[in-house]
Amino acid sequence: MAEHKHPNYMAIFWALAVLTVLEIVVVFLPFGKLANGTLLCALAVTKAALVAMYFMHLRFETRTLGLIAVTPLAIATLLVFVILPDAFHVSHKTANVKPAPAGAKH
Amino acid sequence: MSAATSHAAATSHGAVEPAETPLTPESWGKLGMWIFLAGDAVGFGTLLAAYGGMRATSADWPNPFEVLGINLTAAMTFLLICSSVTMVKALEWLGKGDRSRAKMFLLLTALGGAIFVGCQAFEWTHLIERGLHINGNPWGAALFGTSFFLVTGFHGLHVTGGVIYLLAMVGVVSRRPDPAASYNMVEITGLYWHFVDLVWIMVFTFMYLL
Repeated sequence: MAEHKHPNYMAIFWALAVLTVLEIVVVFLPFGKLANGTLLCALAVTKAALVAMYFMHLRFETRTLGLIAVTPLAIATLLVFVILPDAFHVSHKTANVKPAPAGAKH
Repeated sequence: MSAATSHAAATSHGAVEPAETPLTPESWGKLGMWIFLAGDAVGFGTLLAAYGGMRATSADWPNPFEVLGINLTAAMTFLLICSSVTMVKALEWLGKGDRSRAKMFLLLTALGGAIFVGCQAFEWTHLIERGLHINGNPWGAALFGTSFFLVTGFHGLHVTGGVIYLLAMVGVVSRRPDPAASYNMVEITGLYWHFVDLVWIMVFTFMYLL
């Protein structure tokens, strides 16, 4: 039976719990959308990394397995950059319930 | 690494000796689960990226934090983290040869998952009553509801599947008198369960907090 070196799971648990509380605190900080968003993303990625590295033992696996695990993250990030230009090139943002002004026929 | 290589050579079916060190020397099943999870992660990644795209192109996206509320979901997040801990404890006890403790922790993990799904059902019911539907809502962009139900529903299905998977593993541990015989399978189950937790961390951040 191949047994792993066991990390200190309770330490990881407390780290995750504290980071979750921090996330909720960040929501109420008055730093603006961009700063808060960046902070929240950083906290989420840190939490995800902790789960993957220690609970999923990725830290103790081969390097190539780590690459397999990280690939989807790279694809998802790429996808965001593929989709986002639309957000800035569409001349009128699509509002749901706004009727077109009278006479503005296409 | 020589021990690992010889182990792999001894267990590989048939003639071909591995040309290089296997990615997961102790089992092919683990590699299989990792590849499945990588694919699943692309699925979730696509959904979240699409969510970001729809939100960025919309002029009247509701503020999820205000509309959805996060008290319950914060508790659900904490619950999933706890269930990840009971999962690693189950594996730890199995590694020490204590099957009954391992089963107890597997059951606790499944219970955590079941409570999570229950909370989600409660949350959905509450939000539907307040007018959040898959094709519209009182607060703004219709796609808000679509993406909310799609992403949280897809994740909820994963949790439901995980609970069934965990209960099946309790059966496996019960049937095999030698704890070492089920260690590997329980470790693979753990990979799936922690992944579901990891995805929720992302969903909670992107769909509730941001």
